[in-house]
Amino acid sequence: MDTGFHFQVIWDNMAHFMIGRYPSGPVGGLLLTLYLAVVSCILSFFGGLILGMLCVSRNRPIRYATLAFVNAVRGIPLLMVIFWMYFLLPWLLGRPAPESWTVIAALTLFTSAYMSQIVQAGIESIPRGQMEAALSTGLGHNQAMLYIILPQALRNMIPSFVNQFVSLIKDTSLAFIVGVSELTHVATQVNNRTMVYPTEIFAFIAVLYFILCFALTELSRWLERRLAWRKSI
Amino acid sequence: MIRFQGVHKWFGTLHVLNDIDFTVKQGETVVVCGPSGSGKSTLIRTINKLEPIQKGTLVVDGRDLSDPGTDITRLRAEIGFVFQQFNLYPHLSTLRNITLAPIKIRRLSRKDAEEQAMALLERVGLAEKRDAYPAQLSGGQQQRVAIARALAMKPRIMLFDEPTSALDPEMIGEVLQVMKGLAHTGMTLVVVTHEMGFAREVSDRITFMDYGKILEEAKPEEFFRNPRHERAKEFLKEILSPMH
Repeated sequence: MDTGFHFQVIWDNMAHFMIGRYPSGPVGGLLLTLYLAVVSCILSFFGGLILGMLCVSRNRPIRYATLAFVNAVRGIPLLMVIFWMYFLLPWLLGRPAPESWTVIAALTLFTSAYMSQIVQAGIESIPRGQMEAALSTGLGHNQAMLYIILPQALRNMIPSFVNQFVSLIKDTSLAFIVGVSELTHVATQVNNRTMVYPTEIFAFIAVLYFILCFALTELSRWLERRLAWRKSI
Repeated sequence: MIRFQGVHKWFGTLHVLNDIDFTVKQGETVVVCGPSGSGKSTLIRTINKLEPIQKGTLVVDGRDLSDPGTDITRLRAEIGFVFQQFNLYPHLSTLRNITLAPIKIRRLSRKDAEEQAMALLERVGLAEKRDAYPAQLSGGQQQRVAIARALAMKPRIMLFDEPTSALDPEMIGEVLQVMKGLAHTGMTLVVVTHEMGFAREVSDRITFMDYGKILEEAKPEEFFRNPRHERAKEFLKEILSPMH
């Protein structure tokens, strides 16, 4: 019995892993994973920023409603959010929505909730005196946020944002449940077709995920060091 | 210019301002002193509504702070505030710290704002630090920049909340000199400080507080020569000769 590691099956399906059935079909594989992650990341950055600002709003009803919403989303498994979007989005749009939109909407909603907590913590980490100084010079509350608090808070938040992005990349693998042909979905397809190489296939995509996430984590560390240095001059 | 009438404030059950009647006329320099926890910082912070009051009337520059219709943001632009901890914006250069509010609020062009900021930096003796960041400045320099930042809005009133308490002793003088210069321009100054030399030499009047109340108000020479209230006597003894 042959127990060796069959690189050949990886090699033969490399294009499929990387870009799915493109150009004869839609983009898939690693490229689609990256697309889902990047688009969701950008959207949830702004989503998290808005939710986070609402979480520290001086208007009590707005603050409590936002906190309730954020905690509700954080208390639901991501898979549940994806299912919800799968049925909710077509109903909201009044027409069928592409599955990739479903996934982006779900990832954005889910990650925004987590990002909002980072934003909230970031804003609260800035000493009170900064807001007081800004208000004292005649800036309004929103101007003080925009010019004084957020620029400082965002700098502190960069490492947490990168960590959230790493989670996001891993979370895209759940898109396979609604049939979006990202990396994990492609892997199951190749596995179903070739039947006897699950170890090789899933080890390979695990390594791909790891390389992506590890590289990002290192980038975050580097950024952290760089910003720490800039603060200390 | 500033008028407190029967002002009260509580932090929870703590009565931090207890029936305050206090008036500052235009062009006056008033020093507020008293032991820590006496309510003097709270008093000065109510003048630009960093702390709201709960009872009484507080009128600043003709505007009633207890009236919810008062545009507090616009009033704050007319009042400079200098903090114990400086509170410069650490992500902005000295120049940007000073020009931010004039550009955003007074709609000055960047060029005009920078010219004005340079004139102010000249006045506080820090023109060569225009591009430095707060972390690169000493405490005394930071506080002088903070004063320049407040002056950039051309305020009618300047409030100082223990401006030298966080400074090393050798840097206190440079900040007091700048404040003394301001007092002589006829600006209205309210200064919370323990610097009795400054109080004696520069102020028109000294207000002594304890337990959230104003216990004594007097001309400086009178206050130092003959304090009437028992607590004021103890305070002066403590602060003028801490070792006895």
